[in-house]
Amino acid sequence: MPTIQLNGESRHFDATVSTLSDLITALELGGKRIAIECNGEIVPRSQHASTPLSDGDALEIVVAVGGG
Amino acid sequence: MQQDALVIAGKTYQSRLLVGTGKYKDFQQTAEALDASGCDIVTVAIRRVNLGQNAGEPNLLDFLPKNRYTLLPNTAGCYSADDAVRTLRLARELLDDHRLVKLEVLGDPNNLFPNVRETLKAAETLVKEGFDVMVYTSDDPIVARELEQIGCCAIMPLASLIGSGMGILNPWNLQLIIEQSQVPVLVDAGVGTASDAAIAMELGCDGVLMNTAIAAAQDPVRMAMAMKLGVQAGREAYLAGRMPKRFYSATPSSPREGVISSRQG
Repeated sequence: MPTIQLNGESRHFDATVSTLSDLITALELGGKRIAIECNGEIVPRSQHASTPLSDGDALEIVVAVGGG
Repeated sequence: MQQDALVIAGKTYQSRLLVGTGKYKDFQQTAEALDASGCDIVTVAIRRVNLGQNAGEPNLLDFLPKNRYTLLPNTAGCYSADDAVRTLRLARELLDDHRLVKLEVLGDPNNLFPNVRETLKAAETLVKEGFDVMVYTSDDPIVARELEQIGCCAIMPLASLIGSGMGILNPWNLQLIIEQSQVPVLVDAGVGTASDAAIAMELGCDGVLMNTAIAAAQDPVRMAMAMKLGVQAGREAYLAGRMPKRFYSATPSSPREGVISSRQG
């Protein structure tokens, strides 16, 4: 049962969430234009499925929004 | 007339007006204003995704016609070089290895003045990592020169505070930066209305970047068009070369001779 820091907040997920792809699905972000940083490093989209999620990971998931 | 395109980091753009996508009523209005502005480059911000209740909300990128605009992700809201660099690495991933970025590192939440020390630091890292860095900075020509030497592809001094609409407060400093720079100089921040944009272009700026001046107008779409015309007018006037100012010496436009007169010579 990994506990991760997600966008600055502590979140618990059940054991079926074991990779970044699982997390994206659990968060209903599938198919959205997002980018992910894990522990300070970018995780390219092509590696979401193969990147395991570990207890204590710090993730940032971002999107493009309006700005100047 | 000669072709007069803006070239940034080796890429050619027809419009010299760059427009931000923040603060509009909705995405529909954003898209209409961008269209009316005729811009080629639009800025976007990078933010944490909304988790939970708003999972299904629409995304800005879905409202922008595909391949029409060059997106310019910014680091608005970053107060350290580290946060700015991380933000733009995320942007590069988000936008499929996109390299053109707008760097801004702020130093004060009230006046949004840039922290030039952190800006210089971030610029060095980003240039080393292969980003094409358009950099928001103060109108200090020494800092502008350093940013150019680091390898920034465009220098973007403020004309007045971000979102203030105060116009071009120090044309002299802008001119110093324009005269010394080998890369494009764009006014970023402070423009309030079309004449401000025209003044910036008449000074010799290569372009103008704005957001609030359009988004906070009573009719943003109409103001977007006004800004397009203002930038064009200013650019044409700059290229045409204005007449010299003649202080205390009027010269009539019409012939002095042959005026009918009831005065007795």
